[in-house]
Amino acid sequence: MEILNLLLDGFAIAFEPLNLVVIVLGCAVGLFVGAMPGLGSVNGVAIMLPMTFLVPPTSAIIFLAALYYGAMYGGAISSIMLGIPGASTAVATVFDGRPLAMKGMADKALVAAATASFVGGTISVVLFTLFAPPLAEVALRFGSPEIFALMIMAFATFIGLGGDDIAKTIFSICIGLVMSAVGLDIISGQPRLIFLDLPGFFHGINFLVLAIGIYGIGEILWTLETTKGEVTMSKATVSFRRVIVALKDLRHNVKTMVMGSFLGYFVGILPAAGATPGSLMAYGMAKMIAKEPETYGKGNIDGVVAPEAANNAASTGAMLPMLTLGIPGSPTTAILLGGMVIWGLEPGPLLFVEHKDFVWGLIASLYAANVFALLINLAFIPLFLWVLKMPFTILAPIIFVLCVVGGYAPTQSLHDVWLMLIFGVVGYLMRKLDYPMAPAVLAIVLGPLAEPAMRQSLIISNGSFAIFFTRTIDGVPVSGMIMGIAIALFLLPVVKTLRRKSRPAS
Amino acid sequence: MNILGRTALLGLGAGLMLGLGAAAVSHDAAAQGWEPKKPVEFIIMAGIGGGADKMARLMQTIIAKNKLSSKPFTPINKPGGSGAESLVYLKEKTGDNHVIMVTLNSFYTTPLRQPDLGIDIMTFTPIGRMAEDTFLLWVHADSTIMNVNDFVKAVKAKGSDWVMAGTGKGQEDQLLTSFLNSGYGLDMKYVPYKGGGRVAKELAGKNADSTVNNPSEQLGFWEAGKTRPLAAFTAQRLEVFKDVPTFRELGKDYVYYMQRSVVGAPGMSKEAEAFYRGVFARVYATDEWQAYMAKKSLLGGFLTGAALKRYWTGERAVHETILRDIGEIK
Repeated sequence: MEILNLLLDGFAIAFEPLNLVVIVLGCAVGLFVGAMPGLGSVNGVAIMLPMTFLVPPTSAIIFLAALYYGAMYGGAISSIMLGIPGASTAVATVFDGRPLAMKGMADKALVAAATASFVGGTISVVLFTLFAPPLAEVALRFGSPEIFALMIMAFATFIGLGGDDIAKTIFSICIGLVMSAVGLDIISGQPRLIFLDLPGFFHGINFLVLAIGIYGIGEILWTLETTKGEVTMSKATVSFRRVIVALKDLRHNVKTMVMGSFLGYFVGILPAAGATPGSLMAYGMAKMIAKEPETYGKGNIDGVVAPEAANNAASTGAMLPMLTLGIPGSPTTAILLGGMVIWGLEPGPLLFVEHKDFVWGLIASLYAANVFALLINLAFIPLFLWVLKMPFTILAPIIFVLCVVGGYAPTQSLHDVWLMLIFGVVGYLMRKLDYPMAPAVLAIVLGPLAEPAMRQSLIISNGSFAIFFTRTIDGVPVSGMIMGIAIALFLLPVVKTLRRKSRPAS
Repeated sequence: MNILGRTALLGLGAGLMLGLGAAAVSHDAAAQGWEPKKPVEFIIMAGIGGGADKMARLMQTIIAKNKLSSKPFTPINKPGGSGAESLVYLKEKTGDNHVIMVTLNSFYTTPLRQPDLGIDIMTFTPIGRMAEDTFLLWVHADSTIMNVNDFVKAVKAKGSDWVMAGTGKGQEDQLLTSFLNSGYGLDMKYVPYKGGGRVAKELAGKNADSTVNNPSEQLGFWEAGKTRPLAAFTAQRLEVFKDVPTFRELGKDYVYYMQRSVVGAPGMSKEAEAFYRGVFARVYATDEWQAYMAKKSLLGGFLTGAALKRYWTGERAVHETILRDIGEIK
């Protein structure tokens, strides 16, 4: 009951005129930033941070949180429309969103993405409202062995992602892992794999550079070759009726939405993970439990719904460790954290006690931001669809320019632009040779999380892998349990294959 | 017209200076002699969300809020290779008046550990030392360890199973851990994590036995009663932690700080150097900066020019000795 009172007080704060204005503004700016390839919520929040001292701290964080949220919605737009991930969190949305757009079902995909984002956002805010303090404690106790176990589980869900050719999938994962190892190794303190001694490799390979290269440049090359420039996109029309039909059809995807929301939220609350791994894991999981996994990657609405629900849920989840522990769960919340310090608010366990107005005002504004982001997004869908009506000869150069901007923006170095172009050619060749590319993207995201977690665990255990099974938190073998699930997931495709082989024989 | 206006202003400034005498000279020259002609690249030697990053963004906010510059300062993170990436970048920008950088102690250690980079930090333009960050030894509040004596006993009992969490290898936390290991005859195991915030969390979540965090990293957990400071690596006791002794009081001369300085690209023009010095001297004097320093237990006055270079010379020698002692360099 006390929570309800606090939440109502929070709504009173969120619905103050100034705060309502900043929520709408934040959602709109976020949507734009999210939709621009290369610019994600990290850049948006960082750019807007110095402007927020014009308003009181509570309004400032509400604005930035709304922007953060809006960007999660916006990221899906360019993933679906152009096939370039608009933000790192929307990479998984490309896998099925792009094929849907090619089939003339872009409106359906956009509606599904917006709705799933709304469901993910709402479920996670409710979870946040009800269980913030105990979940913060869980996040706090999660150590390196548990994080490594979780990463293994994520890889397990992706073994089946590349289709039936498991060998090619594993090869693709390995390529991604090697890429993710480039740069400074914090454990040994030495730089690794600095190709040709180029200083640009010191900061490692930004996975967005890989993703934009493969999906943006690679896609253009592929389309040019397969269609010889004759391509016309299937015309997508939009009408109010079609949107309603699309919304009604989504009832078949409710299960995936809810699954993605919960998974995304729990991955999001773990420090250092964030929304990108959350959305990739949700995609892998959705495919794993699907009745017809072979339709994934060819335009399955569930493949859009799962990552979109998860990335919004994870973005809320990532605020939990930031507010309660002072530990950012994602790069964006790290900047939000810096903002709070500037406004004189000390994040940490006492924030919920000493600054109730601030915390509950923020939580209530997240509910409001969800509603506004959904409405703004749905209202703009006709505009987005208009983009698809452009002939490919005009669209391709636009996509190319956006790719170059997107490769340059995060680190502002030309080195990354060249790298992106190379990845584009490599991606095109991999596609020609029928290598799955999603596992490589997954590996470059999860590699930098999994590798240090494993090595930290092994330093603690003096090199014994038993730590992943024997370690307990308050008597519960958390990491062992997660490892058990991961091993079961690894074996699943093997069992399936054996069954398929034994059936004709019998 | 713009150029004419600026020249007129310059003339006026020069006239004023002559009239007002030496006291006002440096300030007016900084304000009116040279101004950035485009946004200033504000390079950060560390990743987004870390201590250096937060501080750079605070400075950026203070500069914008108090209108200390006609053009914005744009923070750009170049954390690669413990700052190697940003050091090389700054060196490539020799003679550029629009590139400055906020530094940590990797400013000394990275060029020492990687001589191949060809970085001589003395060529960089000294703009201003904004603060020195402090370090304390921390344990979990649930432990029975109340002071350094208890700590030494407990670590000795556990031997090499004692886990000290810290930042990347060869960085500040490991240097301090090596002080403790050699000074007290301990054999703690050092586990590196990415960033001081994560390190603080590992202690509060009982995944590590001790840390040597900055106060800003542990403040939230300490205020919530989750962690306990045992001793400070400072010359005097810290204002916020009045009851916590220094290692010097306990008979070990461990005094170690992390510089928070702003440097410019090598070969920057004298006028531009004066401008940035003026800006950061004023940032240092603002209420916001002073409040931040007090809250986060930051020490150190504003240093610039030759004094800052002397400070670097001393600190670099200190780090060279430590790195050699722990076998990181030969």
